[in-house]
Amino acid sequence: MILEWRSKYAINGILLYVVSTVFVCYQAFKSVDTLVWNALFWIILLFASINAINRSFIQESSYRQLYYYTIASPKAVILSKIIYNTFVMVLLSAIAFSVYSLIFSNPIGDPTLYLTAVLLGSISFATVFTMVSGISSKTGNNSTIMAILSFPVIIPLLIVLIKLSQNAINGLERTVSSGEILVLLAINVITVTISLLLFPYLWRD
Amino acid sequence: MRKSWWKILGLCLIGGSIIAGLLGPVPRLPILNETIRNVYFHVPMWFAMFTLYLISVIYSIRYLNSNDIKNDFIAVEAVNTGIIFCFLGLLTGMQWANITWGEPWPNDPKTNGSAIATLMYLAYLVLRNALEEEQKRAKISAIYNIFAFPVMIVLMYILPKLTDSLHPGSGGNSTFGDIDMDNQMRPIFYSAVVGWILIGVWIASLRYRLRLIENTRNQID
Repeated sequence: MILEWRSKYAINGILLYVVSTVFVCYQAFKSVDTLVWNALFWIILLFASINAINRSFIQESSYRQLYYYTIASPKAVILSKIIYNTFVMVLLSAIAFSVYSLIFSNPIGDPTLYLTAVLLGSISFATVFTMVSGISSKTGNNSTIMAILSFPVIIPLLIVLIKLSQNAINGLERTVSSGEILVLLAINVITVTISLLLFPYLWRD
Repeated sequence: MRKSWWKILGLCLIGGSIIAGLLGPVPRLPILNETIRNVYFHVPMWFAMFTLYLISVIYSIRYLNSNDIKNDFIAVEAVNTGIIFCFLGLLTGMQWANITWGEPWPNDPKTNGSAIATLMYLAYLVLRNALEEEQKRAKISAIYNIFAFPVMIVLMYILPKLTDSLHPGSGGNSTFGDIDMDNQMRPIFYSAVVGWILIGVWIASLRYRLRLIENTRNQID
């Protein structure tokens, strides 16, 4: 009961969504400078992840949720959701990144650091959005509430991520970016603990 | 009378700080000049807002533990009052920035962060409106409130410290108290902070009692 390895077709849909978004952006921009390149990548990833994780609670019928409720503790449920969404996000961002740097030319100075940024970013998107989608799934009309609730929460993360990845593109010294990496890790740890503490209350009704 | 001493104290502190802040002597500094008086009004707004949000989170946690709807009322009214103080802080800050930094909205991480934090708490109010059922609304909004509070801290206090900011106390700038405030200003400043916090709590408690009355009335009908 730790992984819910179903609904693979949904992942395929999201992957197609990412690829087509990248292509649309390519048609619109043709060539971009590094600043826009970076921003565009994170925006694509942001919307793809909202779409992907938004479904993690809605697509399950209330009967199935009742079944989970009887079979597992709420902490296990939220933890498994977070882990599952993290896997999906890492996969998603890896594919998005490869397609993106294939179609647009790739200006990155320090690829390892950039990949670290992408990895951290996808993990933090997953942790934050899982909790927010849990909240918004309780409210009925979903996607609007999801966007309203999640954007202000994700903005600080996005600021740090864009800064970190800009450092990577410019190929600065690794030590310059260590502060940002620490902040990201700290935010992730805080988000996961808060989700673990709060989700039992959300799950109960 | 015995219970309302803190309200009177708050009024006295604010009145005193307004009079002393507008008339009292201030050091003459380059760029700041007389606008340094704004420190008596701009900074206490944020202190009051922060205190109110903290109260709100505490009562949200208490709501989740006790399921008592009164705690939820306190939490939402603290947020309502906190948002008012946040807007006042933004307004006074914009006036100040217009004079010292040359434009009302410089691209400053602390300014942007506080604007985003305001958005977050407005989203909290929208979330409350989206839910009909009372118990459910209280529970879900309490969860979001607790979730949003650490993000607010990160936005307003940690991120500006990491990046370059025009505000004092961040991005390697020294704090305001170190260089700019002399010893004459300090007591006025602190009394203004305490006074505005007390007044903020007072407003929130008044709103809470109004809501409580409304609630009991609705139940009788």
